[in-house]
Amino acid sequence: MDNVAFLIVISLIFTPVVGAIALLFLPAENKSLLRWFTLAVTLLVLLPTLYIALPGSSVLSFQTDTANIQDVIQVAWIPSFDIQFFLGIDGISFPLLLLTALIAFLAMGASWTIDKHVKSYCVLYLLLLAGMMGVFMSLDFFLFYIFWEVMLLPMYFLIGVWGGPRKEYAAIKFFLYTLFGSVLMLIALLMLYFNSDLRQLSAPQLAAAHVAAWDDAGERLSPEAFKTRIDASEYPVHTFNILALQQLGQHSEVFDQALLWGKSIQWWAFLLLFIGFAIKVPSVPLHTWLPDAHVEAPTPISMILAGVLLKMGGYGIVRICYPICPDAGYDLVWVVCSVGVFSMVYGAFAALAQKDFKRMVAYSSVSHMGYVVLGLGVWSATAGNVFDPISWSMGVKGALFQMIGHGISSAGMFFMVGVIYDRVHHRDLNQFGGLYGKMPIYTAMAMLLFFAGLGLPGLCGFIGEAFVVLSVWKLSGTLAVISAAVVILTAAYILWAIQRVYLGPEYKGPHPEALTEITWRETLIALPLCVLAVVLGVFPSLMFRYLDKTVDQQVADLTEWTEQVKLPQLRAQQAEADQDVAANQP
Amino acid sequence: MFFTLVNHLTTDTLTSLIGFGAELVLCATIVVILLARMFHFTERIDSTWIALLGSLAALVVLSPLAPWDISQQPAQMVAIGNLPRVELFTGMLVYDGFGVVIKTLMIVFLLLFFVLTKLTSAHRSQDSPDFTTLVLGATVGMCLMVSANHVLMVFLAIEMASVPSYAMVAIRRVDRKGSEAALKYAVYGAAAAGVMLYGISLLCGVLNSAHIPTMAMKLSEMSAAGMTGAEITILVMASLMILVGLAFKLSAVPFHQWCPDVFEGATAEVGAFLSVASKAAALALLIRVAVGLGCVESAPLPLAANTHGEAKAALFNVADEKQPAVEEAAEVTSETKSLQPVQTFLGLIIAIMAAVTCTFGNLAAFAQTNIKRLLAYSTIAHAGYMMMAVPPILALASKDVAAAGECAGYLALYIAVYLLMNLGAFAVVAYVRDCTGSEEIRDYAGMIYRNQSIAICMTILLVSLVGLPPLAGFVGKFAVFAGVARGYLATGETYLAILLAVGCVNTAISLFYYLRVVKVMTIDPVDEETAPMHRSPGILQLGYLWCVTAPVLLLIVGWDSLNVWIQAAVRGLIS
Repeated sequence: MDNVAFLIVISLIFTPVVGAIALLFLPAENKSLLRWFTLAVTLLVLLPTLYIALPGSSVLSFQTDTANIQDVIQVAWIPSFDIQFFLGIDGISFPLLLLTALIAFLAMGASWTIDKHVKSYCVLYLLLLAGMMGVFMSLDFFLFYIFWEVMLLPMYFLIGVWGGPRKEYAAIKFFLYTLFGSVLMLIALLMLYFNSDLRQLSAPQLAAAHVAAWDDAGERLSPEAFKTRIDASEYPVHTFNILALQQLGQHSEVFDQALLWGKSIQWWAFLLLFIGFAIKVPSVPLHTWLPDAHVEAPTPISMILAGVLLKMGGYGIVRICYPICPDAGYDLVWVVCSVGVFSMVYGAFAALAQKDFKRMVAYSSVSHMGYVVLGLGVWSATAGNVFDPISWSMGVKGALFQMIGHGISSAGMFFMVGVIYDRVHHRDLNQFGGLYGKMPIYTAMAMLLFFAGLGLPGLCGFIGEAFVVLSVWKLSGTLAVISAAVVILTAAYILWAIQRVYLGPEYKGPHPEALTEITWRETLIALPLCVLAVVLGVFPSLMFRYLDKTVDQQVADLTEWTEQVKLPQLRAQQAEADQDVAANQP
Repeated sequence: MFFTLVNHLTTDTLTSLIGFGAELVLCATIVVILLARMFHFTERIDSTWIALLGSLAALVVLSPLAPWDISQQPAQMVAIGNLPRVELFTGMLVYDGFGVVIKTLMIVFLLLFFVLTKLTSAHRSQDSPDFTTLVLGATVGMCLMVSANHVLMVFLAIEMASVPSYAMVAIRRVDRKGSEAALKYAVYGAAAAGVMLYGISLLCGVLNSAHIPTMAMKLSEMSAAGMTGAEITILVMASLMILVGLAFKLSAVPFHQWCPDVFEGATAEVGAFLSVASKAAALALLIRVAVGLGCVESAPLPLAANTHGEAKAALFNVADEKQPAVEEAAEVTSETKSLQPVQTFLGLIIAIMAAVTCTFGNLAAFAQTNIKRLLAYSTIAHAGYMMMAVPPILALASKDVAAAGECAGYLALYIAVYLLMNLGAFAVVAYVRDCTGSEEIRDYAGMIYRNQSIAICMTILLVSLVGLPPLAGFVGKFAVFAGVARGYLATGETYLAILLAVGCVNTAISLFYYLRVVKVMTIDPVDEETAPMHRSPGILQLGYLWCVTAPVLLLIVGWDSLNVWIQAAVRGLIS
């Protein structure tokens, strides 16, 4: 990769940081300058991302015909702990990167209504953006953890300073929940690190995992040379490289030793990581921070929260949990799938019961993210069953598409709620009605986005849900039926909300005079979301072209592992059990 | 015979002096400060400047990057990784890389501390020379704690560090709260010292020696031969009693009660000194005692001047004196195994203490309304985190000595990070006291509107104390937890897993009270009850604060070099 490409990729993370530092030197009184400057910085993140997305450039364009990591940046960082500054993009992370850049740009546009301490807001906003981009790009577990945590403090302040009446409670709750999840992740990270041993990998595997080492002169060693070097080592060679950990998880037994209470290291690591990510997703019963945070957060932050932050949980599960700990993933398939389905059902019922418009949308997020967990958890083989990697691949793709679709529709829904909240300063569903007559354009756009959230065919929410529900059939008919039935609940709460807010004869709540048509600024923010909701619904392949190769490859790897390692193991256990039964028969 | 002895002693002492250089320079500084008051023309020199110069000279003499290797004749400067572990003054002290690291950290802290006292108003009175002398004296004591190799030295060093501390707390004579705190501190300290001395005498009686490596040898022999019930009881009692004295210095639960009162009564500057330098020394001493008694392998080499050992044998008059030499490899392995019960016992008891201390400190901090009390409980909690680094050392000592040494390095890394963030936090407390006259948390309300630098720096420092990346606190925590995880995975001791879980959960709950202060500063508005700011801190004060905060913010970028330096230094701790 040449220097320009290197700079562009690294700028996705550091442009916001530099922008935040530059903001410190701008005058605090000139609010519009601060806002335009921040918007320009987010645009500077969005444009390179779009440039990478488009075909045409030989060095930078995302290669849709390869499953490998692209645009790799790898620099030694903390050699004494084998930590590298390791960034890269592949089909799983790139769509999310695109989503992040887009939502961050649009949400900055929605931040024009923020009038208090604009400078601090913009600085924190940009730091948050840097953290989000970093999470999706980093391939070193330590680096991933750092970026994961970098987001917390800005988010705390963004909710706690610019939020609604119960902002302090909501902010600290968000912080505590997430921090609790991340300390669990820290334990898992240390466990995996100290059990990893690169000596177990062959040279081609090392090369595939981008394991890099440098000799004293600073020249990068070839995989063969590195292999010879580590084989000479007396002690295990640890690594934080996520790709290498994946290889170790699938091709070696380093994570299989028993740890506590007869469970293996990877079982515990999977559990801890899953809890950490499930808090972020959020899955019932660890979801209670989300409605509070959403209700209190200002509109743009809600957009970021629903549009991007929740996706990190899903991303962590698909990037870290399953590939590194496949054995535990296989054993815990019922736990993961049940958590997903339970979140869907619970979130939908809870949304049905809400009176606060924003809270309803927040619970709809809980419900929709349940599809993501379910889709990722599907593992269509249990002992003795027919093994079917196709439906499994479908589940993962559906989950990833659902993340994108939900990112667009939920950010749109929160923005739409924010638009009327800015006008009438309340969100009570029962006090609305008749907005269609007063704000026709706004209502049309809002209904489109809500329908996208509902999962109406032809809009972006449908594809993901349909894929996930279909993929579950092979695993369990019951779960599939329940998850399909949730669609009805979703339709119920969304249609009921639309009916109460937009339809009806006339608006009877407070501030009726403030109900003016959507402004051009708001239209410009809502329009891209509406367009994307339709376009992705009609041409899902626009997103699948990025996803396909990488997901296929990951599923193929795990299929290979299942067939060669797990199924023989299970059959052997089964045979042993049968023998026991036969021996004990009189 | 007599002349040989005198001869040996002279050579030994003269050679040892170089390894003792930093302490000597500090002592000389004290003398200079005291003498300066006697003459008319030097009387008006501010003693803090002399102290600053003295500490700088001590740092130069210590030469942390290339310390003096005194086992060679003449002494030479070597890379810190090649520094052998040698005994000074016929086995009283030990001179090694670990000691150099901790002493360096303490002297760097001392420099920053003297600059801080120049910038704040609490210690500007004519008592200033007294105060400076006390600080230097306590530091000499702490340096001795760091290098103690003999239980008598352990006791003397603790006393030497403690007695000036009592006086420092009471230095403002008009302040009744300070005097009360000092009394409490002194009484508590005296009681703890008494119990410890009793424990020491028991232990020495059973093991026939007071020289820690010799005691470890004897212990392993006893353990290999099988101990009677009475012996075990005495040993357990004795070690618990010694631990009381150490726990007092560490402010570990249940010997922590003095800590909040003393911190509240003393000035913020003294609080910073007690919470950083004193803790660092106490932890180093804990390692010296625990590892010294628990691992035969940790015995330092005798100084080159008296390798034959007869002088020492004559000196101590111990019948079965045997120099623990590393070459006796076969014997060592069998001794290693025989010390395992001792290691497990010490590891377990320190682990329990660490877990309880950490949890208690964090929980008790929830209810505090005074910022100094809050920081006192935070100090207690951090002492707990740092103590967590010790059990894995003991657990790993008999399995993987290299890993055990690295774990000691993780503790030093935590201390280095903790030094900066706690000093910064106390500096903020001192500034706010100077500006508003208040030390209540509620008077920090709206600090972000009143003084942005203070609010931002304090936020960074407090969040770093939580241990959130990318701030420096995370580096320390990560290292210590990595040590515990490594110990657990290598040995399979379940108590280490519990320790790790306790540490991690504590990190999450500690967030709450640190963030409460942050919330008061940034979110709460200023109301009429908030103490007004009479004046704002000057540019020098704020510059100092940023200088302390900047490394906390930026260490994550380059902590590799710090880690490499520390790891090289501790490599020989257990070999």
